[in-house]
Amino acid sequence: MSETSGLVSLLTRNLRQSGIYIAFAAIVILFTILTGGTLLQPNNLTNLVLQYSYILILAIGMVIVIIAGHIDLSVGSVVALTGAVAAVLIQTHGMPWWVGVAAALATGILIGAWHGYWVAFVGIPAFITTLAGMLLFRGLTLLVLQNISISVYDQSYKNIAGGFLNGLLGGNGYDAFTLIVFAIGAAAFAVMQWRSRQARIAYQQTVESMPLFIAKIAAVAVITMAFAWQIAHARGLPIVLIILAILIVTYSVVTQRTVFGRHVYAIGGNLAAAQLSGVKVKWVNFFIFVNMSFLAAVAGVVFSSRSGGAQPAAGNMFELDAIAACFIGGAAVTGGIGTVIGAMVGGLIMGVMSNGMSILGIDQSVQQIVKGLILLLAVAFDVYNKRRAGTR
Amino acid sequence: MSENILEMRSITKTFPGVKALEDVTLNVKRGEIHAICGENGAGKSTLMKVLSGVYPHGTYTGDIYFDGQIESFGSINDSEERGIVIIHQELALVPFLSVAENIFLGNEQKTNGLIDWHKTNAEAAKLLARVGLDENPVTPVGQLGVGKQQLIEIAKALSKRVKLLILDEPTAALNDQDSAHLLDLIRHLKGQGITCIMISHKLNEIVDIADSTTIIRDGLTIETLHMDESVTQDHIIRGMVGRSLENRYPDHSPTIGEEIFSIKDWTVYHPTQQDRVIVDNAALNVRRGEIVGIAGLMGAGRTELAMSVFGRSYGSKITGQVAMHGKPVQLKQVADAINAGIAYVSEDRKHYGLNLIQDIKTNTTSAALGKISKRGMVNANEELKVAEDYRRQLRTKTPNVHALVGKLSGGNQQKVVLSKWMFTDPELLILDEPTRGIDVGAKYEIYTIINALADQGKAVLVISSELPELLGICDRIYTLSAGRITGCIDRDDATQENLMELMTKVKD
Repeated sequence: MSETSGLVSLLTRNLRQSGIYIAFAAIVILFTILTGGTLLQPNNLTNLVLQYSYILILAIGMVIVIIAGHIDLSVGSVVALTGAVAAVLIQTHGMPWWVGVAAALATGILIGAWHGYWVAFVGIPAFITTLAGMLLFRGLTLLVLQNISISVYDQSYKNIAGGFLNGLLGGNGYDAFTLIVFAIGAAAFAVMQWRSRQARIAYQQTVESMPLFIAKIAAVAVITMAFAWQIAHARGLPIVLIILAILIVTYSVVTQRTVFGRHVYAIGGNLAAAQLSGVKVKWVNFFIFVNMSFLAAVAGVVFSSRSGGAQPAAGNMFELDAIAACFIGGAAVTGGIGTVIGAMVGGLIMGVMSNGMSILGIDQSVQQIVKGLILLLAVAFDVYNKRRAGTR
Repeated sequence: MSENILEMRSITKTFPGVKALEDVTLNVKRGEIHAICGENGAGKSTLMKVLSGVYPHGTYTGDIYFDGQIESFGSINDSEERGIVIIHQELALVPFLSVAENIFLGNEQKTNGLIDWHKTNAEAAKLLARVGLDENPVTPVGQLGVGKQQLIEIAKALSKRVKLLILDEPTAALNDQDSAHLLDLIRHLKGQGITCIMISHKLNEIVDIADSTTIIRDGLTIETLHMDESVTQDHIIRGMVGRSLENRYPDHSPTIGEEIFSIKDWTVYHPTQQDRVIVDNAALNVRRGEIVGIAGLMGAGRTELAMSVFGRSYGSKITGQVAMHGKPVQLKQVADAINAGIAYVSEDRKHYGLNLIQDIKTNTTSAALGKISKRGMVNANEELKVAEDYRRQLRTKTPNVHALVGKLSGGNQQKVVLSKWMFTDPELLILDEPTRGIDVGAKYEIYTIINALADQGKAVLVISSELPELLGICDRIYTLSAGRITGCIDRDDATQENLMELMTKVKD
């Protein structure tokens, strides 16, 4: 017999996760009201995505690092170095844009292998290894750039972060192509949910009641299409958004559905038990760091493309934003808990708040203070929840 | 002044669901060496924790009289103030601090609020001379061996003007020479008027050194012996184990087949102290459908033996052969052992067996994810089905397999660990203390599962501290003493007495 569950159990089954969605919705609503609707204006939404894309890309890798019980402080420097490698090859050496991008990604993978070697095989704590990496790769950035900024004029390269896919189906004041892409996305989500529901019923598992299931799909579809409508009325579909969406879907699957993902959670949840279950802990840790720096290279390319070149100070403090996104998004400081989606929402919470406060003309100093408090409160909420669960 | 320095009268201490001590009485005469004997879990350590204030006054019932005065210790500090010092089996020294700093840790020698290093080192040197240790007080403790560290613990106790010194298994980690030196020192301290309580499993030492011996069993005082010529090790063993086997074990008639697992010449050294032998030339085998026990006292090397076989998860300089079905296998890492068909269920399920922050289904499949995945992708529905099957089969009490393992009771957690290893489809299951911390009803269920596994043709190796348990479920029992296999007794010939004799047998 399969059973169905109601709305309350859907929300309470995982308060840690649903709490973050509720907080995100509240913050969006709050700033929409405070800014008189400017927050959700087409142009502003597009800007928000473009501005925060590289932090979100970093947070995808960082949440995996954090789930395994590590930390990576070097990602800001890796963003700078990989961006610099791409810029120097394209601008100074006149290579095609894709050579620059490939070289940047390869640099990221090499850096990741370097970190992974020290953490996994030598046993240096990730905090130390990546703190050293932070200094080391910042230094290499300065060396590669010879201490000056480089501007890239290659339009293809600049399109990675600044380009839009639009006009393919003609414009009527809005971009039909964007709407179609989002509609396909929403439909795919509905089909996947439906298939998963059917499979669960086949395996005699509890599923949501049919009205609730439809309401959930409809809510997601409405929010998605409303977002699509807005950006279709601005500049269209940003290429960065496509990159980001592919990464989020891929890494959600990697963390939730693959053996590798399971091993990451197992290592973070109980290292000794993972070892005694036959998990090859060293190799898993190695690949976690390779992956992190690879994603930092992706973020490096996006950032340098958006800023039109490479600067010695690029990516400063990005590591802290990425780490904060993970913790606000429900990752546990002690490891073993966290999700890619949670980290994305955590990053967006910070993004919406910064953006909203900027629109309101609130000073940078205050913005920093608010961000700091939000991080502290999010983790305090987490600790409180855990303590309450522990005493039960 | 009365003759007794310490009288503990009708001490009763209960933990949720368990009576650890019941109406225990302990009288210790001034200036004697008083041994306390009992099986693992008999309540010796609990009694000492009550005495030293680890379990504060009010959490137990009964009275403690020390030096003619009724005491109500609220913490270790209170008991130390009165001159009662306990030295635990796991030494509590800080390895990076010097000998002198360790001796005066928490009791720093100060002049005008600043540490007086001349005084500290000079006083430490005097104390070291008293315990017969010729070391520089500024040497970091981590550079010294366990035997010397034990002496530093005693020097630390002396610095607190100790009247009653409690030693918990003081010689368990020492070699023969260091043990002899330590026992000499205890006699010497007795000459200086220091009373000593010694908890020990080494019966030859007790017969050798103690003036009186109190035997504790199942939280009860059995008797206090005055140690004269007439008291033998046999007498003490009878007191420690003298208990009838109740019908706490399901009936089982085994069908024993061919040999599945064997080890030969298995020798393992301590992971850091590489001159200390932990497992010494062990050999054993287990056959299809057979439940084989390993009996040994704390520190005999039972767990270490099992973990060293299981993909070298313990120890260094491991030598010897492992064979499955008579064919030698190389088990260099845990994955090799799992692939060879070996499963190891740890004695400490919370630290080594389970991921407490994940749910039942994830834990169930975590050692054999390959069986439910294709091209690296886990089939979540198949996983649910597997976890549900085991939940029903083992009757794990939980509403569903999405429940977090950390919220289950000990017995149900153990069932999840068993599911996890049953799902790897092993040929040999090594069960290390399979019923530790589990209530009686759940124990019976676990025994039933173990019997069922044997009937399915698996070889089962059970490590247990509880002799009745081994006698109740095993077809054959090996005894382990100080890393050496000292005997192998068939079920029909085994008694608690002859097992205990072999478990305490020292090198000839």
